[in-house]
Amino acid sequence: MTEQLDAGLVAQEIAEHPDALSQPYAGGELGRGRRRKEDAKLVTGQTNWTDNITLPGLLHMAVLRSPMAHATIVSVDVSAALEMPGVIAAYSGADLADVMGASMPCAWPVTPDMVSPVHTPLATDAVRYVGDGVAVVIARDRYAAADALEAIAVEYDQLPAVVDMEVALAEGAPLVHESAGTNKCFVFDFPGAGADYAETVSAAGDDVVVVKRRFIQQRLLPTPMEPRGVVVAPIAAADEFTMYSTTQIPHILRVMLALTTGIPEHKLRVVAPDVGGGFGAKLNVYAEEILALVVARKLGRPIKWTESRSENYQATTHGRDQIQDIEIAASKDGTILGLKVELLADMGAYLQLITPGVPVLGAFMFPAIYKMKAYHFTCTGVFTTKTPTDAYRGAGRPEATFAIERIMDELAAELGRDPMELRKQNWIKHEEFPYDMVAGLTYDSGNYEAATEKAEKMFDMVGLRAEQARRRESKDPVQLGIGISTFTEMCGLAPSRVLGSLSYGAGGWESASIRMLPTGKVEVVSGATPHGQGHHTAWSQIVADSLGVPFEDVELIAGDTQSSPKGMDTYGSRSLVVGGVAIHKATGKVLEKAKRIAAHLLEAAEGDVEFAKGTFTVKGSPEASLTIQQVALATFAAHNLPDGMEPSLDSDYVYDPENFSYPHGTHLCAVEIDTETGFTKIRKYVCVDDIGKIVNPVIVEGQIHGGLAQGIAQALYEEAVYDAEGNLTTGSLVDYHVPAAPDLPHFDTGRTETPATSNPLGVKGVGEAGTIASTPAVVNAVVDALRPFGVNDIRMPATPERVWRALHGDGSPSSDGSDRAAAGTIAYGGTSTGSTAGAAASETIKSSGSAL
Amino acid sequence: MRVRMKVDGVQYEDEVEPRKLLTHHLREGLGRVGTPIGCDTSNCGSCIVLIDGDSVKSCSVLAVQADGADITTIQGLASGTEGSGTEGSGAQWHPVQRAFQEHHGLQCGYCTPGMIMATVDLLKRNPNPTEDEVRHGIEGNLCRCTGYQNIVKAVLSAASELRGDGPIPGSFQDAPVEKQEVPA
Ligand code: FES
Ligand code: FES
Repeated sequence: MTEQLDAGLVAQEIAEHPDALSQPYAGGELGRGRRRKEDAKLVTGQTNWTDNITLPGLLHMAVLRSPMAHATIVSVDVSAALEMPGVIAAYSGADLADVMGASMPCAWPVTPDMVSPVHTPLATDAVRYVGDGVAVVIARDRYAAADALEAIAVEYDQLPAVVDMEVALAEGAPLVHESAGTNKCFVFDFPGAGADYAETVSAAGDDVVVVKRRFIQQRLLPTPMEPRGVVVAPIAAADEFTMYSTTQIPHILRVMLALTTGIPEHKLRVVAPDVGGGFGAKLNVYAEEILALVVARKLGRPIKWTESRSENYQATTHGRDQIQDIEIAASKDGTILGLKVELLADMGAYLQLITPGVPVLGAFMFPAIYKMKAYHFTCTGVFTTKTPTDAYRGAGRPEATFAIERIMDELAAELGRDPMELRKQNWIKHEEFPYDMVAGLTYDSGNYEAATEKAEKMFDMVGLRAEQARRRESKDPVQLGIGISTFTEMCGLAPSRVLGSLSYGAGGWESASIRMLPTGKVEVVSGATPHGQGHHTAWSQIVADSLGVPFEDVELIAGDTQSSPKGMDTYGSRSLVVGGVAIHKATGKVLEKAKRIAAHLLEAAEGDVEFAKGTFTVKGSPEASLTIQQVALATFAAHNLPDGMEPSLDSDYVYDPENFSYPHGTHLCAVEIDTETGFTKIRKYVCVDDIGKIVNPVIVEGQIHGGLAQGIAQALYEEAVYDAEGNLTTGSLVDYHVPAAPDLPHFDTGRTETPATSNPLGVKGVGEAGTIASTPAVVNAVVDALRPFGVNDIRMPATPERVWRALHGDGSPSSDGSDRAAAGTIAYGGTSTGSTAGAAASETIKSSGSAL
Repeated sequence: MRVRMKVDGVQYEDEVEPRKLLTHHLREGLGRVGTPIGCDTSNCGSCIVLIDGDSVKSCSVLAVQADGADITTIQGLASGTEGSGTEGSGAQWHPVQRAFQEHHGLQCGYCTPGMIMATVDLLKRNPNPTEDEVRHGIEGNLCRCTGYQNIVKAVLSAASELRGDGPIPGSFQDAPVEKQEVPA
C-alpha cells in the first residue's frame, strides 16, 4: 500500500477536468431564497404532464360511470360499443372480474372490527355512488372512446340513496353494503392520555362552564388543476409494465398495484412525471390505474386514460365531510378542564387508501395548544352513497383545528372574555416545552407568545377593535369582525412505530441517496415525490449547504420507482421534515467517507482533517487541502484509496422520524360584512407562522399563500352539495366555487423561528399550515361581526345568503335544503340545561336552530 | 375538414373532425402539449393561447373555427436567438415568463401557461394596471397552488418592465445568508 499522496496523478486528473477544481463554495444555502430550478420548464411549456405522454400505438380508455347513486346492476351489454369505429375493446366489471383483483386497498384499518367492503375497480354487483365505474371502452382516440360509451347498455335496478350520515345510521336505513348489515364502518374511541372527562367535569362541582356546539365540516372537492390521468406501457411478452400516473405516491402505488393485481412488484415500474398539484387527492390507488394496467396486460397495447374535470369531481376522492359534536368544559375563571368530541365522518361509498384514517388523525389535534386535564374522542365512520372521501390538504387536522378554535371563541363569549386572553390563559407557555399533551403527543417546541405578539402588531389589533366598536355603536351597515386562530398541527408523517400503533399499513420513513459524480456534480435521489412543492430547489440547497458544492451542481432524481427505488412519497407536510432530513443525513455519510479519503491523500491523520466550505484542510497547514470535488474525482479514479476502501462516496440514508413536528402560528383575520347583502369581504389577513428553521423563504411563503387560499375557500366559498337522490349538484367548475384572484385578499405573512428539536435540521413542515389555520380564523371573524345581532354560529361556506339569513333570523331551511342545524348549548354548574339541539340552542342562536 | 393554421411560427395544414376542439388539435394533432387542459366547462383558463394576438380559451373553440389563424402558445412565447428557435435552450424568455419565476408566481405550474398567456393579453390592453385590475384581469384563470398573491406581483412586475420602467425586484436572494446553526 502506498501511503504517499500521488500528487502527480491527482494533479493530472484535475488538469484534465478543470471543472472539478474551479467550483467555489457557494455557502450559506439554508434560509436562502433561491430561484426555483423547476420553473424553467413550467414557464415555457416544456413540461411532462401525464396527458402529454404519447406512445406508438397508444389507445385511449374511457370509463362508463353510474348515473345513479345506488342501484343493482342487472346487466351490462358492451356489444354495440364493440361495433363502433375505432373501438378495440370494451369490458364490463364482470368481464374483468378475474384480472382486476379482488378489491382495491384500504391501508388503514383503524379498528380491528372495521367494516372494509369489497371495492372492485369496476362495479360488478351494484353501483354505490354517482360516478362508480361500470364499464370501460378502449379505442383509437379519446373521441371514439367517448362515443362508444354511449353505446353500452346498462340495466339498473334502482335502490334508495343514503346521503345524510345521521339518516344512514338510523334504524332501518337503506344499506350501502347489504352484506355488511350496517352503514357503520367503525367506531374509534380514544379516551386520551389524561383524566376521565365526565369525572373531571363532575369533580369541578359548581365551578364549571360547559359549551357545546355542533359544527359541520362540509364536503370539499380538492381540485388540483391537473385532473388525474394514467398511461401504461406494457412489454406484454415479458409481463412487464411501466405506469405513468398523476400520483403523489408512485412508490406506495407500485406496492399496492402488485398486491392488488398479482403482477410481481419487480415487474412494475411506476413513474410520476410532472404532476400538477395533488392536495391529497392524488394520494391514492385509483380504479383507473388498475384498469389501465390490467387492460394493457390483456391487450398488450399501451393505454391512456385522462380524466375530465367533471369526471374528476365524481371519481376522485373528496375531502372533509364530518359532523362534529364538541363540548368544552372550563372553570369559571376560564381554565380549560376538558374536551369531549364526537365525530361522524362520512366515508362515502367505499374505503379508499386512507379514508378511515383521516378523521382518526384529527383525534390527536383537537386539544391543540391548550393545557387540559381530560379529553375524550369518539369517531364513527359512516357509509353513504357518495364519492369516497380521503385526504385533502391537512387531512383530519383542519377539521380538528376548526372545531377547537371555534369553540374557544364561543367559550370566551360565554365567559365574557377577550378570545385572545382566554387562549393565552390556557396555552402551553414557551418555557413549558417539551410538553406532554392530553392527546398523548409530546410537543417538542413552540413559542405561541412570540408568534401572537408579532401577529397582533402586524394586524393592529388595537386599532381594528376600536374601529369595530365605532361601527357597532353607529350601527354602520358594514360591520367589522375579527377572528383568531392560534393553531398548531402535527406533521412530518410519521414515526413508523406510531403509525404501527394506529394500525396503518406501512411505515413513515423516507429514503435518500447522494451520488457523487466524477466531475464533482451531485445527484440526490429522494423517495419524496414532488408535485409543485419545489423539491428540486430545496433539496439542492440542503445538499449544497452540507457538501459545500454549488447549488447549480445538484440535480434531483425522484418520482420514478426505477431511478428512485425506495420511498414513502409526499403528503402530510413530510417532504422536508422526513425526506429533507434523510438527505441531510446521507450527505453526512458522504462527508465521513470523503474525509477518510482526503486524510489518506493529504497524508494526515483523519482527526487532523477539517471540513468547511467544501474543502478538507489539514489542521495547521492550510495549504494542504482538497476540495470535495477533488476527492470525488480521486475516488472515481480509485488509484490511491486507503486499503480496503470501497471506491465510492455514494451514500444512502433511510430516516425514520422520532416524533412528529409541530408547526404553529397565529392567524388574524378582519372581515367586513355588509349587513344589507350578507357579503363578506376579507379586509385584512395576517399570519405569523412558526415552522422552525427554513430552507427557502420564498417557497415557504408560497406554501403559506396557497394554504391560506384553500382554508379561506372552505370558510367562504366551497361546498360539494349532493341532492337527496345522491346527485352531486356541484359537479363542475361552473357550480363549485374555486376562488379566483378577486375572491382572495392580500396576505400579510410573518414568521417566528423556534427550531424543532426532534430533527437535526430544526425544521417542522409548512405544506398544510395555511389551510389548517385559516378556516377558523375567517369563520371566527364572521361570527364576531354577527355576534351583536345574536348570531353565534354560521355554517360553512359563509355565503352571502347564509350570512343574510343569519342576520335576518330567517327560520326557514336554507336553499340547499339541508336540515342540519348549527346547534349548541351552554350549561352551568355541571348540569346541562338542555339537549344539544333543544331549547337552550334557541337562546343562543337567533335563527332558532335553522340551517344557516 | 381541412384546416390551416400557423402555430408558434409554423404553418400546419390538417384534416380534422368538425367537432374537434382546438385544444385537442393543438395537443394531439400538432403535438403542441405545452398548453394543458384543466376543465371541461371553460372555467379554468389553463388552455389559453393567443389567437391573432388575443387570449382565447382553446377548449372553447373548435379547430375549424381557427382556420387561417395565427396562434401563439406558451411554447412560442420566448424569442429565438441565433441558432436556436423559440424553444431551444438559448431562447430568451418573454418578460412575463421571467416575472413569473422572479416572483414565484407558480408552484405546480399547471395553470402557468394559461396565466402567462392571459397576462400577455391583459398587459397589451392595460399596460399599467392596478392590483385590483390585475386580479380581475386574470379572473378567468384558476390557480389552486399560489393563492394568487405572487401571480399578481408577477403581473405587476411584468407590466412595469414592458412599460420600460424595469421589473419590480423579485423575492429571491442572490447573496448567501449567514450560516444557520442547527441543533445537534
Ligand atoms: S381547459 Fe379551457 S378553460 Fe379550462
Ligand atoms: S401553480 Fe399549481 S395551479 Fe397554479
